[in-house]
Amino acid sequence: MANKTIIEQLKREQILDLLQEGKRIDGRALDEPRSISIETGIISNAEGSARVKLGDTEVVTGVKIHPDKPFPDVGDKGIFICTAEILPIADPTAELGPPNENVIELARVVDRGIRETGMIDLTKLVIKENKSVVGLFVDNSVINVDGNLFDACSYASVAALLTCMIPKYELQDDQPVQIEGEKSKPPVNTIPVSVTMARIGEHIIVDPNSDEWACMNARITITTNSDENICALQKGGSDGFTFEQLIKCSELAISTGSKIRKQLEAVA
Amino acid sequence: MGRKTDITLLDEKGIRCDGRKIDQTRNITIKAGILKNADGSAYIEFGGNKIIAGVYGPRDIHPKHLADSDTGVLRCRYHMQPFSVPERKNPAPSRREIEISKVIKESLQPAVILDDFPRTAIDLYLEVLQADGGSRCAAIDAASVALADAGIPMRDMVSACAAGKVENTIVLDVNNEEDQAGQADMPVALMPHLEKITLVQLDGMLTPDEYKKCLETAIIGCKQVYEIQRSALKAKYENGG
Repeated sequence: MANKTIIEQLKREQILDLLQEGKRIDGRALDEPRSISIETGIISNAEGSARVKLGDTEVVTGVKIHPDKPFPDVGDKGIFICTAEILPIADPTAELGPPNENVIELARVVDRGIRETGMIDLTKLVIKENKSVVGLFVDNSVINVDGNLFDACSYASVAALLTCMIPKYELQDDQPVQIEGEKSKPPVNTIPVSVTMARIGEHIIVDPNSDEWACMNARITITTNSDENICALQKGGSDGFTFEQLIKCSELAISTGSKIRKQLEAVA
Repeated sequence: MGRKTDITLLDEKGIRCDGRKIDQTRNITIKAGILKNADGSAYIEFGGNKIIAGVYGPRDIHPKHLADSDTGVLRCRYHMQPFSVPERKNPAPSRREIEISKVIKESLQPAVILDDFPRTAIDLYLEVLQADGGSRCAAIDAASVALADAGIPMRDMVSACAAGKVENTIVLDVNNEEDQAGQADMPVALMPHLEKITLVQLDGMLTPDEYKKCLETAIIGCKQVYEIQRSALKAKYENGG
């Protein structure tokens, strides 16, 4: 971030003053995420879709499914790929052109969270081993930015995956052909929940909004699975955490995550 | 993670596939000041990783609009040579390399006193000649020595080492086989005197207790790496710079 504006500096002071009293700029408790609304099945051309609002951060996500060649070293597994894009309508600072490092990090952290929990049993998405597998392509389009895109994209991806319907394919003359009318629910093992926290001064807050995002010292995204194991981590921002702070973050990720998981389970 | 393998990752005596014990790092050697033209540099061998770090700056920033009147800017490129891995890597920067460049930059930023150099850039180039699992940690270790070698004021060194989970056991410094077939890999970077963790990532699956153990194990590794970084810098100046 080049050139911090005067307004950002003033806001940081105000946010820090409030945190000293245990308060946040939008009135939430320190460990309280913003309200989450999830709509599914909003894009009929996609095999699965969701629109998620996390406060004023808003994401539309679609799952497209088609047969593909497996990756050479994992011929016994289907393909799962998750991407993210911040659309130019989402924010005055959003730029056209190739994705910058922030967008690449966003997509990779969302992908890693879902992949490492093993949410989808990819071994059940094989049409013929080493030859043809089913590919799940999850594309997140951010349409409004108000901080913490990581969690919004993660919830939207999970909701779209939970509600997608996978077509059935079989090989005819070595080519995968879709069998009309036969669709099945995805093979779901567990429900990943990503929880992003920011450190501002010595305070840890859950689900930072864009004002908090602009003035944080460091952030961390922790993804847990349904058994409340920790499956993915990503620290970001230009400062660090102490060991004790990282332990506290893991506890917050588990406790906050279990509430959000109930909301995600309800869409399936 | 979790790929099938024929290798025994951990035998009944607690010996790993490359002969190490669970709390042992691979061999690490660091040499400071190996490039003539760079303002600071270092070469590291960390297991099979071979990485050169070069620092240029503080210097004029191009393009100019990136200049910040309050502070200097640290820029970082982690780059793998096409021949550094078994299958030739496309020389163009991959999404993985762009993400790693970003997390490495953010792991070093807390240590570098950038406020002393407004409107300038410090450019850090990390060239991976050979990769062997844990290359981002090795790159950070070399980078930190190169920054110090360039005489850039720092609050602390940054020392990095990974820990992970193999056969349900927490092990220090995950190698390539363990990364591919193990259960978790957690790279960590630490400012050893300020006791601040400036990089932490994870893929894999850990219970809350294992998470704590893994972090503790990685921190011990970081402190061992710090001693090697320190001797590398001392060696350069004892030999007349």
